Amino acid sequence: MGIDNIWVFAQETNGAATPATLELLTKARSLGGTVSAFVVGDGNAIASTLGEYGAAKVYSTGDLAGNLPGAAGAAAMKAVIDGGDRPDLIMFPQNYEGRDIVSRLSVKLDRTVLTNNTQVEVDGDSLKVTTPVFGGEQLVTTTFTGEGPFLAAFRPKSFEPAPGDAGAGEVVSAPVPDLGATGGAKVTAVHVEETTGPKLDEAAVVVAGGRGLGQSESFEMVESLAKLLKGAPGASRAIVDAGWVPYSMQVGQTGKVVKPSVYIAAGISGATQHMVGMKGSKNIIAINKDAEAPIFGVADLGIVGDVHKVMPKLIEALQGR
Amino acid sequence: MNVIVCVKQIPDPAQPGELDPSTNTLKREGKLILDESDSYGVEMALQLVDKAGEGEVSLISMAPNGEVSGLRTALAMGAAKAVLVSDPDLAGSDALTTAKVLAAAAKKLGDADLIIAATESSDGYTGTVPEQMAEVLGMPSITFAKSVAVEGGTVKVARQTEAGYDEVECPTPALVSVTAGVVEPRYPSFKGIMAAKSKPVEEVTAADLGVTPVGWAGADQQIVDVAQAPAREAGEIIEDEGEAHLKIVEFLEGLKVI
Repeated sequence: MGIDNIWVFAQETNGAATPATLELLTKARSLGGTVSAFVVGDGNAIASTLGEYGAAKVYSTGDLAGNLPGAAGAAAMKAVIDGGDRPDLIMFPQNYEGRDIVSRLSVKLDRTVLTNNTQVEVDGDSLKVTTPVFGGEQLVTTTFTGEGPFLAAFRPKSFEPAPGDAGAGEVVSAPVPDLGATGGAKVTAVHVEETTGPKLDEAAVVVAGGRGLGQSESFEMVESLAKLLKGAPGASRAIVDAGWVPYSMQVGQTGKVVKPSVYIAAGISGATQHMVGMKGSKNIIAINKDAEAPIFGVADLGIVGDVHKVMPKLIEALQGR
Repeated sequence: MNVIVCVKQIPDPAQPGELDPSTNTLKREGKLILDESDSYGVEMALQLVDKAGEGEVSLISMAPNGEVSGLRTALAMGAAKAVLVSDPDLAGSDALTTAKVLAAAAKKLGDADLIIAATESSDGYTGTVPEQMAEVLGMPSITFAKSVAVEGGTVKVARQTEAGYDEVECPTPALVSVTAGVVEPRYPSFKGIMAAKSKPVEEVTAADLGVTPVGWAGADQQIVDVAQAPAREAGEIIEDEGEAHLKIVEFLEGLKVI
């Protein structure tokens, strides 16, 4: 027994494996045993990278033909498990697709699922996972007490990705079986929002704005400052919900997890939901007029003041350099 | 058109959360409120039923202690009735059990064209329950909806993705999970609040629904440790008196960012 067979739900974007995929493969490799990657879509383009990061086998469902990944991915995984390859652990990234697939799979396998984890270790025949709660103030460690396959979803950037020394993974076809009623949802059109500058979750500097900006026009200050510092603009959930900026800019529990070397929070109070997405930043600067705002609890430099006064002066000072 | 909305009653997020030292689960004592995330689903459902010109919005919820104050808020917004699964044996249930219970409650209410849930709750944020429910019910689902329309037995959704959004279509009955901000939730009117007091809330147990309550023992997971996360070292906090931006410039210089 033990944890001998681990699967990682692997994702591709623009022809490359996503950073979260490589993080999970690296971690899976360190737990010992055999590692397989499971691509819900065509896995051929990224099979060599997946192999390099530790996947001896790459399951590939092939094109989803408009199906959403949740129902299709879970059914394809269940079919492989029923076919005899029974993993002890399946690791998912905590994102849209990962969440949808692990949810449906948990019902198919009748297994519990532990989400929002940042760490995992083998504990005999079981596993222990760690989950930050209350905005990361406390760490809860939970063990699986039933039988595998254990299902766990991990927050992005929980592990440092590093390639191993293996070659390309062997691609094995894992077609999506007939989905019946659960396959009713079909994608009819895909819209990609244009972005410029560094990606939010990869930028060395992130400047994020919140409700303290007062009005959507003030977000321009955030964008100007981000541009001056060659960084990416980000946002709290409050102003995304208010429709000021697109969801792709959201930092936090339901948005992106960022760990830049500098994070500047402008007019963000620091709700739990936001803090879990940026607390791992190396240096945090906060500007907020409420001295009691929780964001000051994690700030290396906190300015108690009006963003409308501090930001324009800061932008001007940097423009003059 | 009949719509079922899953709602969760949670401790007020404005109050700091706390774990029960004996069970290591979130304390849910005292007054619970309607999870703000669910108010969007309730509003969306009310708008869809309004537009269809017929049908009603029903609520399903699960709480260990018979709490109804959050449900009353959603009823005051305009939902017609609610089923509350209240059973002490459900305390400690995992998301999978919750999904099984809510799916059974939805079945009890009967044929709905649409089941709406939030993408995740504000207290537990597991984020798996809606999709698990859909699988238990053998239904199609569309998650992370930022707009929802129903036309002639087809639900059309703009589904949020990492890169933008997808247009997705699905025949009803279907389950849709909606993002916060999808619509502007209405405030209950005084009339609505008064009317909500007499709207039916049927309280049932897990056994009434034919679901074996598993609670702690059956959750297949056990919390073994709760530790304080390493705290960040306290930083320097200064009051802006007109020159604080220079302090930021200096800080950025020190980090060689500029």
